[in-house]
Amino acid sequence: MTRPILAVLAGCLLTASVSAAEVGAILADKSKLTFVSKQMGVPVDGEFRKFTVNMNFDPAKPDAGRAQIDIDMASVDAGAAETNEEVTSKNWFNVKQFPKATFVSSSVKALGGNRFEVAGKLTIRDKTRDVVAPFTMTPQGPNTLFEGVFTLRRGDFGIGQGVWADFDTVANEVQIRFRLLTAAKKG
Amino acid sequence: MDTSPPTRYTDTAIALHWLVALGILGAFSLGLYMQDLPLSPAKLKLYSYHKWAGVTIFLLVLVRLFWRATHPAPPLPSSMPVWQRRLATSMHHLLYALLVCIPLSGWLMSSAKGFQTVWFGVLPLPDLLTKDKALGDALADVHQFLNLSMATLVTVHVTAAIRHHLHSGEAILARMLPFLRNKARP
Repeated sequence: MTRPILAVLAGCLLTASVSAAEVGAILADKSKLTFVSKQMGVPVDGEFRKFTVNMNFDPAKPDAGRAQIDIDMASVDAGAAETNEEVTSKNWFNVKQFPKATFVSSSVKALGGNRFEVAGKLTIRDKTRDVVAPFTMTPQGPNTLFEGVFTLRRGDFGIGQGVWADFDTVANEVQIRFRLLTAAKKG
Repeated sequence: MDTSPPTRYTDTAIALHWLVALGILGAFSLGLYMQDLPLSPAKLKLYSYHKWAGVTIFLLVLVRLFWRATHPAPPLPSSMPVWQRRLATSMHHLLYALLVCIPLSGWLMSSAKGFQTVWFGVLPLPDLLTKDKALGDALADVHQFLNLSMATLVTVHVTAAIRHHLHSGEAILARMLPFLRNKARP
């Protein structure tokens, strides 16, 4: 029994990986985890460059679907060098103490057509909150694209403390977008 | 009916001139001050105020240019040597050009750096450029160079106006002042 466990562990260490029954390996260079924050009313794009995905999804049995996403918080690109320095520091992600953020799904339900909804627990810093994200599943040639958007409130996770705790410069709401491309299932 | 050429700018032109002058003095000082601040909510606010001021000045300048095109400037006194009159006119044209180019360069720089300009936090201006760090840095240099040019030209502009007023005894300064009206009349 140690071998499959080792395989999963090894998979987790890669930049992005997938252990799936119905969809194949995730295509890391074509998958993106991005976010939009609002600074003084101005939307600013950001991105996490390193994350691992472990998912299993069969549209015929969405209830059995599951996903875990681990995000390397130090891989953030919040739009500018000085912003990256700030956002990884103590008041924000505090990457020294909390290097990883994790999403673990608890349920997936079908919304009709190619639309689904995943609910789960998102842990950032030392806070775990329930999140719900609608997503679509779209075939792209031999591959499959999973795409979704949801909004979190940074205040719920203690992201942006001290002088940043006020929401008048950096808004509370942060839009998270995921775009995960998986290869065709092998064999 | 008085058909002699005007000796002063119109009241509207004078108001626009001083509004823009105040605006650029404020935006320029703020620009100098804010750029070396460490990242903080205050810095984000100041950058936004600077951009809002820039957009406002740009719009005022457009109104000014329209007004200037439809309301000729009073001729420079014939007591001034021709070369001085030519130089003064070129100087004014260059100042107008900078008034247009400086806000534009700031807007483009902001766009290239990936920060959209949203006027007063409400009205988003289109991003004319896609995010490109090298281009953003180059445009920052352009914005800075244009501003230093503006600071230099404004210094010359102000010095020349005061000098003509004090030493040459020509009614140059009074053309653009809301007061000193009588002195401007020959």
